[in-house]
Amino acid sequence: MTLLYFAWVRQKIGKSEEAMALPAGVATAADLIAHLRRLGPGYVDAFADESRIRIAINQKHSRSDTAVAANDEVAFFPPVTGG
Amino acid sequence: MKTRIVIQTEDFSLDAEIAALTATGDPGAVASFTGHVRKEGDLSALTLEHYPHMTESEIARIVDDAASRWPLTGVTVIHRIGRLAPGERIVLVAAASLHRQAAFQACEFLMDFLKTHAPFWKEEARGSERHWVGARASDDEATERWRK
Repeated sequence: MTLLYFAWVRQKIGKSEEAMALPAGVATAADLIAHLRRLGPGYVDAFADESRIRIAINQKHSRSDTAVAANDEVAFFPPVTGG
Repeated sequence: MKTRIVIQTEDFSLDAEIAALTATGDPGAVASFTGHVRKEGDLSALTLEHYPHMTESEIARIVDDAASRWPLTGVTVIHRIGRLAPGERIVLVAAASLHRQAAFQACEFLMDFLKTHAPFWKEEARGSERHWVGARASDDEATERWRK
């Protein structure tokens, strides 16, 4: 799967994009966040408050209980502030 | 319906965009909204980031939703990205229709959903400090009222 990070999520994690095999036991976006939190302090910091994280799966706004699959593009970002 | 969605770093011409929307001669009304970077205290610039492809598809979805609510002949959405100084234009939303009510309402609807759904983020520069702009509850409330 491809993971994308934007705005301060990108800054805290220290990269804008990474490729990852679907980790064992990960079925939903929330599971994926739990997995990422184990990868280092940048991830821990980025996902410290999940109420501030928004998720898009395959470029559609999604919820944390949405299923994720091996070929998905999953993006994590703060609430949007355009306009 | 004629739809034009553009994400660009450069400025846009309001006159040219309105002329393009009315070129067919069909609409009797065009309503437009232009957003600018507010001059605010020591704010020196905004830098806008977005999610390429999702931005365009999300705005297209919002435009489709607007077209299902009002009889529109055309919609143009232009959103700038990159570094913008106070006073500069950020966004243009223009809706064309036969009558003014549809054009006004569609314009407001498009702007409300663009603010809460289109994946853009603003970072402010104030002196040597930079920080990400937080989302406003009032924007969520503005979007929510269309669901009633």
